[in-house]
Amino acid sequence: MHKILLKIFRTGNLTEPLPVPAPPLEKPCSLARGSLSIRHVDAGSCNACELELHALNQSIYSPETLGIRFVASPRHADALLVTGPVTLAMKEALKATAGATPNPRAIIAMGDCAINGGVFRGSYAVAGGVAEVIAVDGQIPGCPPAPGQILAFLERLALPEPHP
Amino acid sequence: MNPTEYGPGPEPCFTPGSPTKFVVPCSRVTPDSSADYLSGVNRVLNRGGRLVSLWGSWADERAPVLFSAFSDAEGLLLFRLGISALERTFPSIAFLFPLANRLERAVRDLYGWDPEGLPDPRPWLDHGLWTRPPMVPPGVSPAERPVREDSFSEDYRFVRVEGEGVHEIPVGPVHAGIIEPGHFRFQVVGEKVLRMEERFGFTHKGVRSLFRNRPLGEAISLAGRISGDSTVAYQTAFSDAVESATGSVPPLRARWIRSILLERERIANHLGDLGALGNDAGFGFGQIQFGRLKEEFLRTNQQMFGHRYLMDAVIPGGVFRDLGPGEITVLRKECSRVKEGVLELKTIYDEHGGLQDRFSGTGWLDPMLAGRWGLGGVVGRASGQMYDLRHTHPVPPYDKVRVPVSISRRGDVAARVQVRFQEIRHSLSFLDSVLESMPDGSFFNPLEESFSGSEGIGWVEGWRGEVLCWVRLGTGLTVLDAHCHDPSWILWPALEQTIPGNLVADFPLINKSFNLSYSGHDL
Repeated sequence: MHKILLKIFRTGNLTEPLPVPAPPLEKPCSLARGSLSIRHVDAGSCNACELELHALNQSIYSPETLGIRFVASPRHADALLVTGPVTLAMKEALKATAGATPNPRAIIAMGDCAINGGVFRGSYAVAGGVAEVIAVDGQIPGCPPAPGQILAFLERLALPEPHP
Repeated sequence: MNPTEYGPGPEPCFTPGSPTKFVVPCSRVTPDSSADYLSGVNRVLNRGGRLVSLWGSWADERAPVLFSAFSDAEGLLLFRLGISALERTFPSIAFLFPLANRLERAVRDLYGWDPEGLPDPRPWLDHGLWTRPPMVPPGVSPAERPVREDSFSEDYRFVRVEGEGVHEIPVGPVHAGIIEPGHFRFQVVGEKVLRMEERFGFTHKGVRSLFRNRPLGEAISLAGRISGDSTVAYQTAFSDAVESATGSVPPLRARWIRSILLERERIANHLGDLGALGNDAGFGFGQIQFGRLKEEFLRTNQQMFGHRYLMDAVIPGGVFRDLGPGEITVLRKECSRVKEGVLELKTIYDEHGGLQDRFSGTGWLDPMLAGRWGLGGVVGRASGQMYDLRHTHPVPPYDKVRVPVSISRRGDVAARVQVRFQEIRHSLSFLDSVLESMPDGSFFNPLEESFSGSEGIGWVEGWRGEVLCWVRLGTGLTVLDAHCHDPSWILWPALEQTIPGNLVADFPLINKSFNLSYSGHDL
């Protein structure tokens, strides 16, 4: 036990300063007031976006200090964070998850695949982006986007003041 | 081994003059008939060989071909069976190698060829969303069928357990966490799992069709995105395949840098897994501490190779960029820092009673089964199997700087944790020696372009297990067809065998200790 305590004591606070929030959204989405519950849906990604979400969900970035947290059910979520080019087999599952998310909600496409299909565009097995299946409110580009970028975007979405 | 014993038509896989020193030895067998194929495969089994992969190819006007790859002490053995365009069937080898079951079902789904003698009629990658097998070339017209509207509620016939108090828990494809999509069907009594069955194909992206007629530059980028956590392994295997097909030789320094990237990928993923395993056992401290070490590692990757997960750092002919002497010093310092950090955390993990209680005995994979199925990777090694390509078929620099095989015979989650700890330690020592003895020279050799099209194969020990890439190139360095095989194909069935007898609540922990790829499997 003392080794654990000592390690915690020596490690100290890992959380880095907050990133500069991303530029305001094109289409304002005034659903959050200082907190944001996110449900992640993998619609067929290569799992690099998931690695970055795991990296984000750590004390270095500490999204919870901004009121941003990942929840287990779409019923608890303000926003869906969708990764992957949306495979045909995940199309219905994605729609059902979106349908189970209470309004008002935001749909965010994370990563190049979710935005336009990325390297998988043109395949018989993918829809080619989230927007082909459900209306998208925001995009986080990158292959995969770095945790800092994701955090900057989510912080903008969770900002306490209402958008103009 | 004398390849003639396996059947007619034995020949080396690679064209003369190819960089045999840099790739695992491979011989090719071309059986004349189904009977020849079956007796050849039977001999592989009798000699203790194991199944590596099985795939179809029907990319151009050439006759369709079924490939199956096996390995034995000598290296790879590639069977190439022509498929009759009229009958479109091939003999199933699942009665010899049970792991061929899903691979053959996938071939049936993609090409419409029927595996003769396979007792399992269920689809695998096919979710009823295609009107015709998608990999059949245009012009050939197999029977069309209507498309289903609802893929995930399709009535896939899971094996059911019946009896008093038995009930079923369906999980997925959308899981309650940040994970890839897949479906698990549990048959349980109370908290105890009697049976677990997997249903995949949700992340099927049609990668095989995307490889067709792709310029090499785009194809290598695609190969690096088949399973994001193994991008270096895929791109190295793919580059090896391209190099052996063109008879090009990458410079020695490039091989050295590739091994550095491979080991960095292994360490980063193992660090992440160790943290997540602690977290799944209720020890959040582990997640934070290992996460911090991993993040440091990823940031160094970004700084030196321009990508946190090292995507597109390996290219056919060499690597994307060289390492300067200053960077080598930084990397070596980082190695010793991480080594210290991991050692400290290992002591804490080892001494933590609650953690070891969750790990010990949980998710026991029988070493007998692992041996019978020839399981490699972290999972196979944690059940006593001595399979590690870095050790058994070393290519430079693994032939100079040896990596010991990390083994445990316990077969439980604790064993998989221990194997990961050992592998991090060995990889860090390896990195230190390799960084110290980097050969001079260039980091990239342009590929030989004056060839008229041929095939090549690459086989690399990734962090999860063996990644195999097969490539057929046409003129002008166009990829005509390519297949990439993820170790998850072989290891997912082992997870099914591991779950019965465990508690439902232990499944996330066991699944994490395997940490298999859905995307690499579904392709």
